[in-house]
Amino acid sequence: MIEVENVQKKFGLLEVLKGVSLTVEKGEVVSIIGGSGSGKSTLLMCINGLESIQGGRVLVDGIDVHAKDTNLNKLRQRIGIVFQQWNAFPHLTVLENTMLAPRKVLGKPKEEAKAVAIAQLEHVGLVDKLDVYPSKLSGGQQQRMAIARALAMSPKYMLFDEVTSALDPQLVSEVLDTMRLLADEGMTMICVTHEMGFARDVSDRVAFFHEGVVEEIGPPSQIFGKRSKSPETKKFLANVR
Amino acid sequence: MIETSMTWSDLMFMLNGAGKTLLITFWAVAGGTTLGIVFGLIRATGSLWISIPLGFILDILRSVPLLIQFILANSFQAIAGLNATPFVVGCTVLGLYTSAYCTEIVRGGVLAVPQTTRRAARSLGLSYTQDLTNIVFPLATRAMLPSWIGLTLGVMKDSALVLWIGIIELLRSSQIIITRIQEPLFVLSVAGLIYFLISFPISRIGAHLERKWREDD
Repeated sequence: MIEVENVQKKFGLLEVLKGVSLTVEKGEVVSIIGGSGSGKSTLLMCINGLESIQGGRVLVDGIDVHAKDTNLNKLRQRIGIVFQQWNAFPHLTVLENTMLAPRKVLGKPKEEAKAVAIAQLEHVGLVDKLDVYPSKLSGGQQQRMAIARALAMSPKYMLFDEVTSALDPQLVSEVLDTMRLLADEGMTMICVTHEMGFARDVSDRVAFFHEGVVEEIGPPSQIFGKRSKSPETKKFLANVR
Repeated sequence: MIETSMTWSDLMFMLNGAGKTLLITFWAVAGGTTLGIVFGLIRATGSLWISIPLGFILDILRSVPLLIQFILANSFQAIAGLNATPFVVGCTVLGLYTSAYCTEIVRGGVLAVPQTTRRAARSLGLSYTQDLTNIVFPLATRAMLPSWIGLTLGVMKDSALVLWIGIIELLRSSQIIITRIQEPLFVLSVAGLIYFLISFPISRIGAHLERKWREDD
């Protein structure tokens, strides 16, 4: 379970998160929508400790992410994250990209790490690209590789940070399909996304972020339906549609 | 054919000097690169309290002519009674000089690795050190190689200045022969050719690696 309690995050004077609370249960898929600058992506960075916080706390399986004595390298093994810019390691092949963390972080023997990596690359449909360097892949393929790379660590949670935003439109669906597959398999996921269709179809709950707070959270039928109580949500959705 | 009174033993004497040149260059580049990696990392990621004074010291090493550094270092070590051989003084001074340039190369290379790529590595659970060894160094090396090869070749030629503290390397051995046989053009051509034969493979290896890595990326 991921518990976000009243988290505040400042970049200098700019207050990006103004007391965000959010709980994600095991097996749940939560999508976070909202305008740019509303703090969606920042929250994901705070959940796996890539960003520090100035107030509140984040608990992952009861472990305080920002406590001084928390071993972040260990904690991050449970939390996979995929970024908007896929961030492939350009000097490693697809297989090496995917094997790196199981080998170095989990200390798996080479053959075992390779087997894990190949299984995950098969999962995302890249098993025919094992020895290819990332620069030879399309954006969608690189993004699917990034997903396989995160999955190879057998995380309990997957965070997706606008993973389709930098993709050409025709490549978006292959990545979304991969994410749907994961959701169907019961992965606990937090997806920051601009894909409203995906948020509506796949999420158990949708959180609408506005100016650093959770303006509204609820099942997709509430957020996207007539029952939405927040005028800000309605305004946002009217603009993206 | 060109007539010359230069003998085979003269040539051997020059090759011997070339060996000295190579040896000094090797130690200076090895030591300078090691220090340069450490200093470069500090300059790229360390706190300003260390980075700024370090940068200042390295600036001095880069701005004072190498010849002056050799002579000063050699005199001071004699005054201090360290009894270091000229060879050790030569390697040390040239090594520090190399480290000053190498530091900036490493700093540039490390900063050229996108922060987002390093973040992705850390998000997979790689530690700071694992990120450095598996991601930052391999990527930075690609960015640094051309400048580093240039630095190595430059240091090799600059090493000729150690003749002023009494080391008989390639250039000094050539001068000795010139004094005896009075054929400066011929002897210097031979010396130049030897310098070229040393440099050429280094720059070829560099170009080869660059090409190979470009094919990957």
